[in-house]
Amino acid sequence: MRFMILVKASEASEAGVLPDESMIAEMGAYHEELAKAGVLLDASGLHPTSKGWRVRYAGGERTVIDGPFTESKELVAGYTIIQARSREEAEEWVRRFPNPVGPGAAGEIEVRQLFELDELGQGEAVERFRDLNLPSQA
Amino acid sequence: MSTPDGARVQRAIETVWRIESAKIIARVARMVGDVGVAEDLAQDAFVTALERWPGSGVPDNPGAWLMQAAKYRAIDHLRRGRRLEEKHGELARERDARRADAVSDMDASIDDPVGDDLLRLIFTCCHPVLSPEARVALTLRLLGGLTTEEIARAFLVSTPTVAQRIVRAKRTLREAQVPFEVPRGEELDERLSSVLAVVYLIFNEGYTATAGDDWLRADLCEEALRLGRILAGLAPTEPEVHGLVALMEIQASRLHARLDASGEPILLMDQDRGCWDRLLIRRGLAALDRAQRLGGALGPYTLQAAIAACHARAGAAEDTDWERIVALYDALGQVSPSPVVELNRAVAVAMAFGPEAGLELIDGLTGEPALRTYHLLPSVRGDFLFKLGRATEARAEFERAASLTENARERALLLARVAACAGTNGRNAG
Repeated sequence: MRFMILVKASEASEAGVLPDESMIAEMGAYHEELAKAGVLLDASGLHPTSKGWRVRYAGGERTVIDGPFTESKELVAGYTIIQARSREEAEEWVRRFPNPVGPGAAGEIEVRQLFELDELGQGEAVERFRDLNLPSQA
Repeated sequence: MSTPDGARVQRAIETVWRIESAKIIARVARMVGDVGVAEDLAQDAFVTALERWPGSGVPDNPGAWLMQAAKYRAIDHLRRGRRLEEKHGELARERDARRADAVSDMDASIDDPVGDDLLRLIFTCCHPVLSPEARVALTLRLLGGLTTEEIARAFLVSTPTVAQRIVRAKRTLREAQVPFEVPRGEELDERLSSVLAVVYLIFNEGYTATAGDDWLRADLCEEALRLGRILAGLAPTEPEVHGLVALMEIQASRLHARLDASGEPILLMDQDRGCWDRLLIRRGLAALDRAQRLGGALGPYTLQAAIAACHARAGAAEDTDWERIVALYDALGQVSPSPVVELNRAVAVAMAFGPEAGLELIDGLTGEPALRTYHLLPSVRGDFLFKLGRATEARAEFERAASLTENARERALLLARVAACAGTNGRNAG
């Protein structure tokens, strides 16, 4: 089973402020532990939404909206994908995840399980979707 | 309270155990010098946690707690042993000094890197003094944290069989006085290839399993990958470790594409490449790159990974770089010559330069004793003949291949080809 740990954005991450050295060290040590346990599949930080954009669909129209976006709690600043043998194992690894905004500060991470290909079922539409060769499709 | 909450705590403890047990056993084994005793002591600590934590709650750092508890037990064990020796007046000074070291280890930081101990544990579990089955069982048990029942189910044998295998393996290690250490010098290469072979054996056991009831067996692939990735972290300068990881990552990327809805195997060239796992391919290619950048002549795993990478890089089957695959098989035939490699090379040659060239190579293999009952030889030869329009000869080869395989699904595929030959009998099948 694969799980994605989503790190929510903060004012600092949205301002493009890079984490300080101690945070980088702590995150590095955690991910190193994941890698050493053979659990880590992928991880990356994301540039602030000021460098991103959205496409909004409404009534057959599509509109491009450039970042930045304001609702920072709903924004994602980075992700880590892990492979675990059970949900409990994923819970235990996530429990050790460092507070991404620094010790004592208010932050949030969110964990989602990735779909396995088998779970999507059969059908022409699913087949076509698979043909897109999306990364990390299990 | 032993209801939902108790059950939840118990599951949490078991999870911590699965994550931490290898490290704990490895550290304790270095202290007591015996993996069997180490596992017992670590288990004791785990049982204490199971008794205590449901009441007291799971500590903040459960791994460190378990490690500490197991180390205390190891120290007790050593002291008991020493008292016994003193009583018998057999004070082995040297051994005593070593044990004193181990005890003073206790005072060292709990964060003391455990990596070297893990590496020692892997080498010990895969020691050549053990049978291959024993190596696999011990590795999955001590490094994978799998239960005896899980190993038994994965390998389709009874639980008592696995339990006995593990008990016997520990006894063999003790009797052979296998030191708990990482081999050095010339011995290292040989011992490392034993470790890699065990990991790949576990992977293949899962890879050749099919869907449905065999689901647990397929989990073996993930377990082997995990072991491989751990090994890559512990021995990052060994190119073949990365080569094996690359090979497994790329092969695992096709896990979901290799069977159709009814469980029939799909040949590599016919697989829906959209079902290949891009993340695993990317990881595999990165590991292959690491193996190649470490330099030196490429070893057998790295070469096999490089071949697998040729397929992974091809967006469509017809884009496959067969000439490069032929060159890689040439190299593989040099470093690990085998009739099976030659057979694969013949297939690659046929794809690169036509079935005629492939047939020529394969005709040189038909006298090979190792391939006499290998169904893939007539199966491949039949395929070449069929492509050359020699359907009658092809049919005889497919029939022979069908009679040689023990796999029902493979037999069905081959009989379908027999039927296809009958359909095009005498005509050029192109």
